[in-house]
Amino acid sequence: MRPRSAFWPALALTAPLVLFLAFAYALPFLGVALWSVTLPEPGVGQYERLVSDPLVLSVFLRTFRICFLVTLIAVACAYAVTYVWVRGSRMQRRLIEICIFVPFWISLLTRAFGWLALLSNRGIVNSWLQALGLIDAPLALVRNEPSVIAGMVHVLIPFAVLPLASAMRAVDERVLLAARGMGASRLRIFWSVFFPMTLPGVIGATLIVFVFSLGFFVTPAILGGGRSIMVAELVYLRMFQSPDWGLGAAISVALVVLVAALMGLLARFARLGLMGSGR
Amino acid sequence: MSKRAVGLQAVGIGKTFGHFTALEDITLDIAAGEFLTLLGPSGSGKTTFLMVLAGFQAASTGRLFSDGTDITRSRAEDRSFGMVFQGYALFPHKSVAQNIAFPLQVRGVAREDIARRVDAIIARVGLVGHANKRPAQLSGGQQQRVALARALVFEPPVLLLDEPFSALDKHLRGRMQDEVARLHGEFGTTFVFVTHDQSEALSLSSRIAIFNHGRLLQVGAPRDIYERPSSRFVAEFLGEINLLPVGGIGHCARGTSGLFEEVRLTAPRHENLNGSAVLAVRPEHMSVSPEPPAEGNGVPARLAGTTYLGSAMRLAFATRSGTPLTVTLPSEAAGRILAHGPDVWVTWSFENGFLLPEQS
Ligand SMILES: Nc1ncnc2c1ncn2[C@@H]1O[C@H](COP(=O)(O)OP(=O)(O)O)[C@@H](O)[C@H]1O
Ligand SMILES: [Mg+2]
Repeated sequence: MRPRSAFWPALALTAPLVLFLAFAYALPFLGVALWSVTLPEPGVGQYERLVSDPLVLSVFLRTFRICFLVTLIAVACAYAVTYVWVRGSRMQRRLIEICIFVPFWISLLTRAFGWLALLSNRGIVNSWLQALGLIDAPLALVRNEPSVIAGMVHVLIPFAVLPLASAMRAVDERVLLAARGMGASRLRIFWSVFFPMTLPGVIGATLIVFVFSLGFFVTPAILGGGRSIMVAELVYLRMFQSPDWGLGAAISVALVVLVAALMGLLARFARLGLMGSGR
Repeated sequence: MSKRAVGLQAVGIGKTFGHFTALEDITLDIAAGEFLTLLGPSGSGKTTFLMVLAGFQAASTGRLFSDGTDITRSRAEDRSFGMVFQGYALFPHKSVAQNIAFPLQVRGVAREDIARRVDAIIARVGLVGHANKRPAQLSGGQQQRVALARALVFEPPVLLLDEPFSALDKHLRGRMQDEVARLHGEFGTTFVFVTHDQSEALSLSSRIAIFNHGRLLQVGAPRDIYERPSSRFVAEFLGEINLLPVGGIGHCARGTSGLFEEVRLTAPRHENLNGSAVLAVRPEHMSVSPEPPAEGNGVPARLAGTTYLGSAMRLAFATRSGTPLTVTLPSEAAGRILAHGPDVWVTWSFENGFLLPEQS
């Protein structure tokens, strides 16, 4: 009886969200998917271009390379930061909270320009180095992949901190004491006890960061300066500058499918993580 | 006894957390190979003392020796005592065999030796067939066995156990107690065992140390402290006991006596008492008769209630002034006594009572 009596109120309460998602995401996406097989003429021609056009392929390849590095660096940094946040002294915790969550409230655009102010030819770093007489001409610190990676890592670290923190908080202090009592060194306790116990959090953080990084637009557009184009920027260029709507739509669809597959993987690991902790 | 068992000597150990004193001036000799139980109510400092012994927490004051060597400042990883934590603290991501192998790997034991020793101890604690399971797949009793095996496999000189059975049901607890007693006999390691369950302490230990409010109240063999507690707290904590307030304390050749409701009651000699005190008698040491006793102690009392316990019966009495007395008797004997009506004498022999200071 319960499902019947609870069904309509539950539907009424969730309906606004469902409708919003349908109109704001599903419908437009279907429209984009339709473009990808109709523009400029009906057929799967755009998807064939997707896998054969060297420019598109090189952008995809670059996107994966950048996102892979960004994920690796962001999760590694986040692991260290989270470790101090969860297990450090009061002072350390406060400091980390300020450093991690205050930038979280600042717009992506502002932060990207912040990096420009730091790294551009007339930026703080170059002018100091020149003032100190260490270099004659400014170093090319922006409009390249490393600066894109730095900017993206900066944005993504907080997203990795939260899943890592919940995994680290779940570690029973007595398990670590037990390892110490058996004579294990700090390094050994970390690698053979603490790290494996927080692995579900690492996997969750990795997938979240990777998925988010795939769709990055603002940061690579500003710090890459048109040289290190990533997929999202390529879609933008095809749609609004070429105009080559069919290909732009096909790239979008490919990206959404990829992200959906990764999210499916994430959900599986989340469930496995829950089972692994025995709860 | 294993040649590796060591004795521990705690001298004036104290531990404070901020302004809170968790341990105060604990001086305790733990003999090599003995089974010492730390018994006390929750919050009395038992775990803290165990943590100080293990080296996980530094003592605020006092010194700790291991067979005469000062280990006050040595680190937990160097002391390497075996430890079974409350809640077991198994590695959740490792199998049973990997959990048990861990302390051996840390010690750099050769791979074949590890496999051999892990197999041997898995058999000894009765976990054959579970070697490849994760802790989450085991029952509480099995997890307990893994924790014991992991703590014993490297043959530590001392094994510390913090309330290992508190999460188990009564039946399983009894079996695990037997098992721990057997392992103590086989390994010969010094066992320091923490519990708040007095019957567990009495049945397992070679000696018991009673803790309360961070202080060590009494140390002794189970029988000694059960029958000769030095304070009211110890007497009451170790099991049900009748306490009769007595005045007019006097010493004579036989012992020390005092007045309870105009009856003179005598107990073995207790020198340091004057004025008034408390006479303590365990319920199983009392008996009931229709007449005043020819010798020994007795007080008139009226039956207030009975509780059937299976093999025994608990009889509740009240004396004239209303002091409650509890007597446990075999069911059969109780039935005979009850036939005499409610007004009877509660009696006990001279040596079964003991006097305690009023305040303690
Ligand atoms: N790390 C700590 N910080 C502050 N107080 C503590 C700490 N550890 C224990 N205590 C306090 O010390 C007292 C004794 O605790 P514990 O040794 O765990 O008692 P027991 O094991 O006998 O139940 C308790 O009141 C507890 O709150
Ligand atoms: Mg405790």
